Amino acid sequence: MPLDLRSKGDSADRAFRWTAIGAGALVLVVLGLIAIVMTSRAAPVLGRMGLDFFSDSKWSAPEGHYGALSFIFGTLFTATIAIALSVPVSLGVALFVTNIAPPWLKKPMVYMIDLLAVVPSVVFGLWGVLVLSQHFGLGRSFLTAGIILGIMITPIITSLSREVIETTPASDKEAALALGATRWEMIGAAVLPHSKGGLVGAVMLGLGRAMGETIAAALVIGSAAQISLNPFASGNSMPAVIANEWGEADEMHKSALIALAVTLFLITIIVNLVATWIVQRSMVRSRGVSA
Amino acid sequence: MMPAETSLDLRAKPSWRSTKSALMTGLVIVCVIAVLVPLIAVVYSVITRGGGTVIKEFPDFFTKEIPLVSRRAGPGMGPAIVGTLLVTLGATFIAVPLGILGAVYLHEYGGKSFFAKLVRFMATVMTGVPSIVMGLFIYLLWTMRFGYSAFGGALALACLMLPVVIGSTEQMLKLVPSNLREASYALGASKSRTILTVVLPAALPGIVSGSLLAIARAAGETAPLLFAVGAATAYNPHLFSEANTALSVQIFGNATSSFVAAQDRAWGAALTLMIVAFLITFVARAFTARFALKR
Repeated sequence: MPLDLRSKGDSADRAFRWTAIGAGALVLVVLGLIAIVMTSRAAPVLGRMGLDFFSDSKWSAPEGHYGALSFIFGTLFTATIAIALSVPVSLGVALFVTNIAPPWLKKPMVYMIDLLAVVPSVVFGLWGVLVLSQHFGLGRSFLTAGIILGIMITPIITSLSREVIETTPASDKEAALALGATRWEMIGAAVLPHSKGGLVGAVMLGLGRAMGETIAAALVIGSAAQISLNPFASGNSMPAVIANEWGEADEMHKSALIALAVTLFLITIIVNLVATWIVQRSMVRSRGVSA
Repeated sequence: MMPAETSLDLRAKPSWRSTKSALMTGLVIVCVIAVLVPLIAVVYSVITRGGGTVIKEFPDFFTKEIPLVSRRAGPGMGPAIVGTLLVTLGATFIAVPLGILGAVYLHEYGGKSFFAKLVRFMATVMTGVPSIVMGLFIYLLWTMRFGYSAFGGALALACLMLPVVIGSTEQMLKLVPSNLREASYALGASKSRTILTVVLPAALPGIVSGSLLAIARAAGETAPLLFAVGAATAYNPHLFSEANTALSVQIFGNATSSFVAAQDRAWGAALTLMIVAFLITFVARAFTARFALKR
């Protein structure tokens, strides 16, 4: 009997193990398929345009001429505006929640910020197009898109930075206070040096989110293929172009939009990898300090 | 006399420093207000304008089909609600079991092996894939062959959820004390039996809560659904066939309309979608609060 049980258990065990390995390998399969399917479909336009696809700013479907530079610019420009608006206030809120707010206020605030992080981006886009751009005279522009993206990523950056800041050892903070530091000096001497890496990582993850965001940007950016540093000008971003033009695109146009998606994919992956690397490095370092 | 003077001197210096500290504290509070004002403005607009639509047309807003002509006033969003539920539930049934299994591999079998490290790394990469890229991918892989359906949308959302579920589940498995596993082995249980009857039940509340947060995020996604789901205005309860629609897609479509009727429907749909996302988050929170493993 025991022998029977063992052999039966062994084969079930092996089956379970392989199922689990298969589920893990699925991640590799999906990413590999994305890379193969997308690049093969983007190949026609890249073959026609060559590297001009990335350096030309003229995008004209009727002429079959596709240069993505103005969209790449639009993506980076709006994401920069979003980060510039969102980071200072996000850090402020994270510091408030962790070091300044009285205990009774802390829990509801954390709860509210986490709740706001699940508001769908299309809702922010709707508010941007019907309220912000109409009633505040901003029109549809880089700035409107930047503001909406900034509002959207604020809960995410705040929530990540709060978690990072909360790992500051109480002993560091108490030591600073015991040496006579004021609250602000304590934050500068104990909290910020400890959490610097994690905070940079949180900002980079927010940046990745802002660049990949389609719908909110598509609604408020204004759909104009131009490069302008004037934030009140209309522009376009890579994901917004894909969402807006896909419906009436012919084969070559579709290939160009897929090439845009590949470009976007590569840029966001680089940003995310750098972010993860920074966060992990800082986590290892802070663990090393506490150990 | 002298000691009194020095103590006066000492007092004067910190008072400037404490002024600075108070000023910075004030600045931080200004930040809090700067964050809360726009966020609350968004939620307020959605509740007042969406609430207006929903109450005026209650309960037809939730049950009637979407008007074919978007400038016509009147309800409703019924098909979009059904579509959102179908797509999200479909994605959940695909991504959650696979994600849990993947995390079981990473934490219980793979550990620090090369393959596990590779999978973990690629899962991080996959979290960063923009949702529109995932939508295009599913379009090329599935929709081009099999046509529009809720299932295509479910596939796209499942791809977005999978790495999130893997990540949160692995964190939860790490919290299960190893002496539970050892006790189970000591009683003669095999590894798979230990995982299924000891480890997973112990980590279940955390896994449920992490998965629910991933579902709440997925329910609000728009971009992937634009390519895979299509644009229907009538009820379509079938998962695998015919074009469907979803709340997020309806909001996107109606937001740029110049007709007030369409805009009203967009606000109503936004309120419905926000309530769905909030409800899922509340349930997730309740799970964490009630059954959380002690860290």
